[in-house]
Amino acid sequence: MTIKETQDIIIEEFSMFPDWMEKYEYLIELGKGLEPIEERGKQEKNLIKGCQSRVWLDAKYEDGKLVFKADSDAIITKGIVSLLVRVFSGRMPREILEADLTFLDTIGLKEHLSPTRANGLLAMIEQIRMYAVAAAAAK
Amino acid sequence: MNEPDIRAVFPALEQKVYGKPLVYLDNAATAQKPEKVIALLDEMNSGVNGNIHRAVHFLSVQCTERYEQARRVIKKYINAAHEHEIIFTSGTTASVNLLAYSFGQRYIRKGDRIVVTTQEHHSNIVPWQLLCERTGAVLEVWDIDDSGVLDPKKLEVILDKSGPAPKLLAMAHISNVLGLVNPVRDIIRIAHHYKVPVMIDGAQGIVHRRVDVQDLDADFYVFSGHKLYGPTGTGVLYGKEKYLEEMGPWQGGGDMIASVSLTNGTKYAPLPMKFEAGTANFIGAAALGAAVEFMDSMDELWLKEHEETLVSETVKKLSEIEGLTLYGTAGTYYGLSWEKIPLFSFSVEGAHPNDMALLLDKMGIAVRSGQLCAEPLVERLGQTALLRISFGVYNTLEELDYFAACLRKAVAMLR
Repeated sequence: MTIKETQDIIIEEFSMFPDWMEKYEYLIELGKGLEPIEERGKQEKNLIKGCQSRVWLDAKYEDGKLVFKADSDAIITKGIVSLLVRVFSGRMPREILEADLTFLDTIGLKEHLSPTRANGLLAMIEQIRMYAVAAAAAK
Repeated sequence: MNEPDIRAVFPALEQKVYGKPLVYLDNAATAQKPEKVIALLDEMNSGVNGNIHRAVHFLSVQCTERYEQARRVIKKYINAAHEHEIIFTSGTTASVNLLAYSFGQRYIRKGDRIVVTTQEHHSNIVPWQLLCERTGAVLEVWDIDDSGVLDPKKLEVILDKSGPAPKLLAMAHISNVLGLVNPVRDIIRIAHHYKVPVMIDGAQGIVHRRVDVQDLDADFYVFSGHKLYGPTGTGVLYGKEKYLEEMGPWQGGGDMIASVSLTNGTKYAPLPMKFEAGTANFIGAAALGAAVEFMDSMDELWLKEHEETLVSETVKKLSEIEGLTLYGTAGTYYGLSWEKIPLFSFSVEGAHPNDMALLLDKMGIAVRSGQLCAEPLVERLGQTALLRISFGVYNTLEELDYFAACLRKAVAMLR
């Protein structure tokens, strides 16, 4: 499945929740369901500090693919983190670098990526791209 | 003016967000404006507009008069000794920066000490850090205790250290996180005993307490217009004449000069214009005057009772929520009384402040979450983020009830 296809599936899932509360309930559910990051991954170097919430991002490069694990101290942020992991984890660096990230906009969560929101999500996406650039260069 | 009438003069309160009636509980960040302030802004923006102080034409004279009238209103409201002790700025942040620059240039040298407290908003920390970087001065911290209050004895230890006394104490009247009224009158007396001047950050203080700068004996008192039901981009630096006279200007430009020469040097204008370089936000300042008049017109007794009721009812409602910790409780500490304003920061076990704020927003409630522009304080309280609700003159007990019900719902969803 391509990044675009994964995004389309997420968009379809969210189309079932026209109401804001339901949308957030679903994000909370996703956040609670996200595979917990091991303590090793929660070290300082993986911490993305925001004014609002904090995000941890751990990356491994295996068999030409980047595998991401992530976490957040805020559950709604964590729900969005889980979506980003679903979209980006297990991809080749080139796929990540060429991806057009549109699904958050489509499902009405674009404001969560505002730089002034300072919830760590924008920095997380930048960090994912940095890992992809580094992995692509390492080849 | 009292409660039944007051909401009607704030048009912003009528709006709906996400189809729900707005419940605005972020007044410590910025307050909504009454009709009179909006009307004055509209009137001046759409016609009564001519640059102040210099020109002789009709509009210029009108605007100059309104600008200077606002200065008179504010002078009277805070009981300054002189009109020229009221300097218009763009807000608290600009006032502190002006002071850090001009006071710093005049009085601060390498090795000098400047004292702030752990309670401070970033805008009363960073300008002093910049001054320390420029001059080699040292920032010293008067730390809070675990209840968030300040022990005056600890201040005396700082003031009484061997060597020269600190050059300035800069501290909040009311912390924007704790909502506790620091007994600044007593604190200023202690500082003055050691001949240390005091700057009070009144961004929250001026909104919730009647300020008399002469009674406090504050050397400087700074505040913003937009938290006081006035326009954004306005603020005041009050300073004692003695200091303002001795301090040099901060910014150079028009309006702040007496004469300019390319060869014989430039002479500065007298106070207050020495500190008001360039075209001032004269429309904003005039509207700030209207906001202060609005505050002055309020029934003081009603307002006091209203705030006290909001405080006791909110404390009660919050205490009913399991796992909630409130930061900043009124009481007698160190023999001094610390009153609470209707501003509450708290954490709830199992629910992140950012998540609660997002859910409350969708229920129509505006609150603030995060580090509240006071990272050292939030960290000192052992937290990475807090949720804050802050009430204005127009908030009601019905809104409090709705908020409490919504908070319960949000917490239940998150746990």
